[in-house]
Formats: sequence, structure tokens, C-alpha cells
Amino acid sequence: MELFIDITLLTFLCITAMAITVIRKLFCAVMLASIFSLLCACLFVTMDAVDVAFTEAAVGSGISTVLMLAALNLTHSREKRPPHQPLVALLVVGVTGIVLMYGTMDLPVFGDAAAPIHHHVAPRYIEQSPLEVGPPNFVTSILASYRGYDTLAETIVIFTAGLSVIALLGIRDRYAGRPIPSDRSAMKDYVVLRIVAKMLMPFVFLFALYVQFHGDYGAGGGFQAGVIFASGVIIHSLTLGRDRTLKAFPHQFLRGLATVGVLIYGGTGLASILRGGNFLDYSVLAATQLKGQHLGIFLVELGVGLTVFSIMILMYYAFSYRREP
Amino acid sequence: MNHLPVFQVLLPLLGAPLCLLVRRGTLSWLVATLASWGGLAISLALLHHVSHTGPITYNLGNWPAPWGITYHVDALNAFVLLIVTTVAALTLPYALQSVNLEISEENRPLFYTLLLICLAGLLGIVITGDAFNMYVFLELSSLSAYALIGLGKRRRALTAAFQYLVMGTIGATFILIGIGLLYSLTGTLNIQDLASRIALIPASAYGHRTLITAFAFLTVGFSLKLALFPLHLWLPNAYTYAPSVVTVFLAATATKVAVYMLLRFSFSILGSRFVFEQLTLGKIMLLPSLAAIIIASLVAIFQYDIKRMLAYSSVAQIGYMTLGISLHSHTGLMAGILHMFNHALMKGALFMAMGAVSYRVGSVYLTDFRGLGRRMPLTMAAFVLGGLSLMGVPLTAGFISKWFLVKAALEIGWWSVTAIILIGSLLAVIYIWRVVETAYFNPLHEIEHGQEEAPLGLLIPLWVLVGANLYFGIDTSIPVDMASWAASALLEGTMQ
Amino acid sequence: MNLAGHYNYWVAIFLMMTGFYVVISRGNLIKKLIGLNLFSTSVFILYISLGKIHGATAPIADDRFQLYSNPVPHVLILTAIVVGVATTAVGLALITRIYEQYGSIEEDDIRIKDESL
Repeated sequence: MELFIDITLLTFLCITAMAITVIRKLFCAVMLASIFSLLCACLFVTMDAVDVAFTEAAVGSGISTVLMLAALNLTHSREKRPPHQPLVALLVVGVTGIVLMYGTMDLPVFGDAAAPIHHHVAPRYIEQSPLEVGPPNFVTSILASYRGYDTLAETIVIFTAGLSVIALLGIRDRYAGRPIPSDRSAMKDYVVLRIVAKMLMPFVFLFALYVQFHGDYGAGGGFQAGVIFASGVIIHSLTLGRDRTLKAFPHQFLRGLATVGVLIYGGTGLASILRGGNFLDYSVLAATQLKGQHLGIFLVELGVGLTVFSIMILMYYAFSYRREP
Repeated sequence: MNHLPVFQVLLPLLGAPLCLLVRRGTLSWLVATLASWGGLAISLALLHHVSHTGPITYNLGNWPAPWGITYHVDALNAFVLLIVTTVAALTLPYALQSVNLEISEENRPLFYTLLLICLAGLLGIVITGDAFNMYVFLELSSLSAYALIGLGKRRRALTAAFQYLVMGTIGATFILIGIGLLYSLTGTLNIQDLASRIALIPASAYGHRTLITAFAFLTVGFSLKLALFPLHLWLPNAYTYAPSVVTVFLAATATKVAVYMLLRFSFSILGSRFVFEQLTLGKIMLLPSLAAIIIASLVAIFQYDIKRMLAYSSVAQIGYMTLGISLHSHTGLMAGILHMFNHALMKGALFMAMGAVSYRVGSVYLTDFRGLGRRMPLTMAAFVLGGLSLMGVPLTAGFISKWFLVKAALEIGWWSVTAIILIGSLLAVIYIWRVVETAYFNPLHEIEHGQEEAPLGLLIPLWVLVGANLYFGIDTSIPVDMASWAASALLEGTMQ
Repeated sequence: MNLAGHYNYWVAIFLMMTGFYVVISRGNLIKKLIGLNLFSTSVFILYISLGKIHGATAPIADDRFQLYSNPVPHVLILTAIVVGVATTAVGLALITRIYEQYGSIEEDDIRIKDESL
């Protein structure tokens, strides 16, 4: 059964990928890319990577697609016919693929429990992390504690992306200090959509909070929560009018919030130094090691969540307000 | 005091959000400048520490080596850290006036924030002892670099940034594949641990083919990032259209850090024996390096945008660095490492001079240089001295690295390579001379402008770098000793 | 090596190369970016495949299970996904500006407009 699902998903992935190469309507290509991500997310679930699947679904088929569509709206939606037969490209790709195939010949068989990858560093995480760090979700322990420094960098990567988008596109705060004009949403006439969206929103936010604070026990964490929260706000903006959203979450506020998120993460690390540990050594933050780790992970996940949430909305603003008078 | 390694990166990394919080251009600049100076102080302290008491290790989160991420500072990365922080500490004072002219007011805090993040990314790549952490910081520095280049005034800055984004991401993805394959063979990401476990894989055994593929992908990825000929296509546009400050900073640091990554993976992880004797990296790199020196220098001669000319010259100079590596001898490696330092000094100075010209004249086409010898005497004098260093004239820093490179080629009796090195220098004479001739011997056809020197804020950092070019051309002991020491450490095959 | 044991890697490689092909053969900038996404997402499949163990379960501690898949590739790929979306966002911002300045997002048109100056 597992094999069957695996093969079906892989087949669909191949078909989607091929379709993306040939299709020239960019809108379709973007939607196909979104489907590709969703299929990947399913594949990740079959391979036990639930956290990754969650993130891929939220980011790859969610936020990426929203951004792509927003950019498409600002640019051109049809690709020109390629002027020549790309033989060189085929050659480069062919050679690269063959080299890579050659390399995989010596890889351990798929799913082999005896592969070296499972026997050196990973066992300690699986055996010790509930005792050393606490959370039953090993991914959370590694992400936030053992390799917490990577995650700090990752938070700053998303922070950087947000700032880069703002620097390149700019956000014009037209209503700073002024009352907003009446609702001019494009979706105003879609009553069903508006009502459903309104009803869904509390659940979206509730789910985001659950993902934020329950990441220790199940799949999820600050990053996914931030993305979900931001998606809720984006739905709000799409159905009820973006000016209302801009009033509820002014962009200067979000900029501050993103910065605060990064500083919470960095500050947690600095606090460990002040209390006599190494950078990001949460064990020294509280009386016992486990309590300290718990507190540390809570704080850094909070920082990640805040930054991701605000940056996602800022990016959305930047694209959606671009072509304004 | 024992937290020094982590603060090397944290200072710019956490300085960046602060930069954004203050929200005023000049205040942001102040924060960024202080962070960069602090970084320089820390890198000097680290170098001092490493040279006296040996390599330093710092466990982030207090998790021991293969389980957590560790910082590892040895001879090579202490030296590269010094190069990067020195350039940053000089670029930021230079930035204030140049940025005020080239970047819109609302974007200035963002600009400094991104510059600090780029600096933090580069430092993070160099200092870390973890392969995946290196990838993350590589992407951090690249991402901010794309945006910084895109902030250039001309519209071609945007296409240049996009081209760099595509090629850079392909490179980074290749590196990601390479790291993944290495990880699948060993189950570890720590650089020292990787080295010791890869050394256990015998040449004929299962796993060897994966190792070769990993090496191939890593080499192509790094070559894209360091702009090795013919994968350099992103570089000329990116350097030409980026804001002056960004060009100075990236030209003097980013490619050197990519060279560092190549060195680290070839020597410290895969081991020089495997890489050079079995996979003949030396022979693979030799041809592109020589082609870079000749072809890129020739192309530089025909450029009319002088920033573009210097960008092609950078491609050629990178050829000298990889040539040094491909000679696979102590002297060659040392020459390559030394040239990282010297090239940072000379290209930093030359691009700063370009920024100064662009500040007064508005653009840097060859025709803009007419009469500049009289109009901006100090800037042009600095350009001439930087140019002499680039050619490799005795008593300048550039001479020293070329000298060792020639020596390394002669040691193994490669006369043809020696000839190519010298031809490369001659070509540099030609393209620098074109500018000098225009500036000093081509009378202004308009009304005499009188003296209109660039402001001191630009001239002082410029002349500090020019001074360094001259100083290290005469008193060679410091960089030569450090490069030699780093080369020996690398050739021993392990991170010392 | 055997066919049944490696097909997962090979399909991942095929997908990667499809993405890579789109990046280098297409002149439309948005299409290039989609290709780049395809390329990196397929690398994620390779990584996650490396972490899978037959008969194991998701790496969340539970008394009912003894064997868990390797969580390390998951952590690495979480980071890589974030890097991917960050790159996409910056790329799209650049494309938007390019369209405003050039009126096109086709590489050829842009080249012609630059050369005509």
C-alpha cells in the first residue's frame, strides 16, 4: 500500500513537472507549481516528515503561490514562445543528471535502517532529546535547541527577504493618520465568499495559536504558525478589503514586530550568555536543565512566529499596494 | 572573553535589526559603523588568540561537536575573517556620503540593515565549523547581496541582480546537493567529523562514487559563487550596476569568501590527497584559471564603463587565486591565499576611487575621466597607486602575491604558466593605462572645472586602503607569514 | 545498487533536472523562478528520502513506537524551505520592478531594450 501511494505520488509529480515546462500561460504554471508543492507535501507525509510536509504545504503551495499571483497581477501573464531549440540547456541538464545518478548508485537503498546516516549523530537525538531537551517532537528539539543557531539564521533570512522586498518595492502608507475611505474590496459582491471567510477566520487564528504552542508535541512550530496567522490576515484582506487590514496592522507596526521577533530570538541567546552559558544554551535560563530548555524553546519559537507573521504580511502589502495611484 | 567567536557574527547579525529600529539614515549608519569596527576588533583579537594558543572552538547552545553547531577558528579562517572585517570597517565610514547621494532617504536604514546582514552572512560562512550552517549563512549573505545590487540607480541594476539571483541560487542548490550527499555517506555535518569519517572510506569501496559526485557538485557550486571563468557571467553586471558602496564591499569580500569555502571543502573535508591525487582538481582548475587570466583581462581592455572594466579584472584576479590552488604546492596555495588579502586591498581601493569619481561626475565612463587628473588629483593618484598594485609593480602588495605565484609555477617547472601570469600583468598595464592616459593626458574640451576633489569622508578610507597596498608591498612579513601558516595548516589535511 | 531501492532518488533527480532545465532554457523571468522552485523542492525530496526508514514512524516520541525516521534531514529541509521562499520573494520583487522599468519580463526583450540605448 505504502509503495503504491509512493509511486502514484511520484508519477503525479513527474506529470506536473513536465506540464510546467511546456505550458506557456503563466497563471497555469503558477497553479501547477502550487499543486507540485502540495503533492510534495503528501510525499513528505508518506516519508514520515510531517513537519516538513506541513511547512511545504503552507509555504510552497500557500505563501509562494500568493506572492507569485500577486507578481503576475503586476506584470505579464503569458510567456513568449522560446525562440530556439535549447540544445545546450538539454546537454547541461543531461550531464548534470547523469553525474547525479552516478552518485546515487553508492547511496544506501531507500528506507534502509542500516544506512550510516541513521547511525552516527541521529540516534542521540532520538534517545536523549526527551531527557536533555524535553519536547517529544525530535524535530522541534533539534530545530530549536541542538541546531537552534541555524534557526536563528533562518529567521534572519526571512527577515532579510521582507526588508529586501520593502526596499525594492516600497510600501506607501496612504492612510497614515487619516480615516480610511469606504470599503472598496474587489470581492465585495461575493457574499458567500465573504461570509465563509469571516466564519473561517477565528478557526484559522485558533489553529495558528495551536500550532504555535503545540509544536513541542506534534507537528508545527513558530514558523508554520506565523505563516498560518498571516494567511488568515491575507484572507481577511482579500475578502473584506485591504485598507481595513492595513488599518488593523499598519506596516510600521509590522516592521517593528518583525524586528522584535528577531531580537527576542537573539535576546534569548544573549540571556544565556549573561547567565553564564554559551550562546543559545537554554539550560541555564531556569533552575533545571529541562525547564530552561522549555523556556528557551518557547521564547525562540515565539520570536520566529512574530517575525514570520509580520514579514509575510509586509511582503503581501508590498506586492498588493504596488500599483496604486 | 571566551565568547569572542560568537560575537564576531552576532555583532552585525543583531546590529542589523537595531539599525532598522532607529529609522534614521545617519543613526543607522552609526550603528552599522560601530558594529563593523567592533567586528574588526574581534577578528584581530581572534587572530592574536589563534596564533598564540592554537585553534578556538565554540559550541553554540553548549551542545558538543557532532550534535550541535560549533564554531571553529583556525589559521585560515582567522585570516579570512580579518580580510572581511577590515574591508567592512573601511567601507562603512566611506558609505555615509556615497549612500546619501545614491540611495533614497526612506531606504537608507534598510540599506544599512541589509549591508550588516550581508557582512554577518559572510562572517558566518567563514567562522562556522558546520557544513549546513555554512549553507544557511551563504544564502543569508547572497540574499542581502541580491537586494543591495538591485538598489542601484540604473535600471540594469535590477536585471543584474536577478541574473545573480538565478545563478547564485543554482550554485547554492548545487552546494546543498553536495552537502546532502556527504551527509548521506557519513551521517554528520560537522566539518572535522566529516573529514575523519570520509577519510575512512577507501578508494575502491562502496560510497566512493557518491563522494566523487558530491565533490563535483560542490566544486561547480563554489565556482559559480566565486565567479570562476566561464561561470562568471553574473559578476560584471552585478559589480557595474550596484551602488558604489555595495560594489566596494562585495568585490573585496564575497568572492574571497567563496574561495575560502572551496579551500575548506577541498582540503579540510575531502582531504587534499583525495581531491588532488585522485580527482585531479589541480588539472581541472588550471585551464579555467588560465583562461580567466587571459580572456577576462582582454575583455577588460575593451570596456568603456570603468566599473565594468574593473569587474572583468576581478574575474581575472580570481583566476590568479584559483591558479595558486591548482598548482597544489605549499607556495602555490600560499600565493592564492595571499592574493585573497592583496586583491581585497587593491580592488577595494580601486572601486572606492570609482565611487569617488561617480560622486563628483555622476558616471564612470572612460570619457568622464578626461582631465580628472587635475580636477580630482587625490582620487586619481589613489587610482594610479591601486592600479600599480593590480599590475603587480614592485613595492606594492600586488607584486608580492604575483611573485609567489611565479615562484610556485617555476618550482614545478611550468614555464608556460609563468608566461601567462606575466602576460596577465601586461594586459592589466594596458587597461589601467587607458584610464590614466585619459585622466592625465587628455585635455578637457569643456571649460576648465577647477579642482573638485571628492569629500574627505570618501578620500580617507580610500587612502587608508592605498596606504595598505603600499605598506604591505614593503613590509611583507605579516600577510606572508599568515598565508604561509594557513597554507601549511590546510596541506596537513585536517583543520589544525 | 538495485532498481527497486533507488527509484525514489532517481525520480527526485528527474524532477530536479526538469526544474533546472526550466531555469536555464526559458527566457521568461517568472518561469525561471518557478523552475528554480521546482529544482530546490526536488532536492528536498532527495533529502527526505535519505532520512526515511522502512517501517518507521514520524519522529515524535511515543511509547507505542520504537523505530523513528531520521529527524535531521527534516530539520535541514525546514530551513531550506524558508530559504527558498525568501529567494522567491526577492526574485518576484525584482521581476516586478523590471517589468515597470522595461515593460517586459522576457529576457530577449530586455536585452534588446538595453542594447538600443
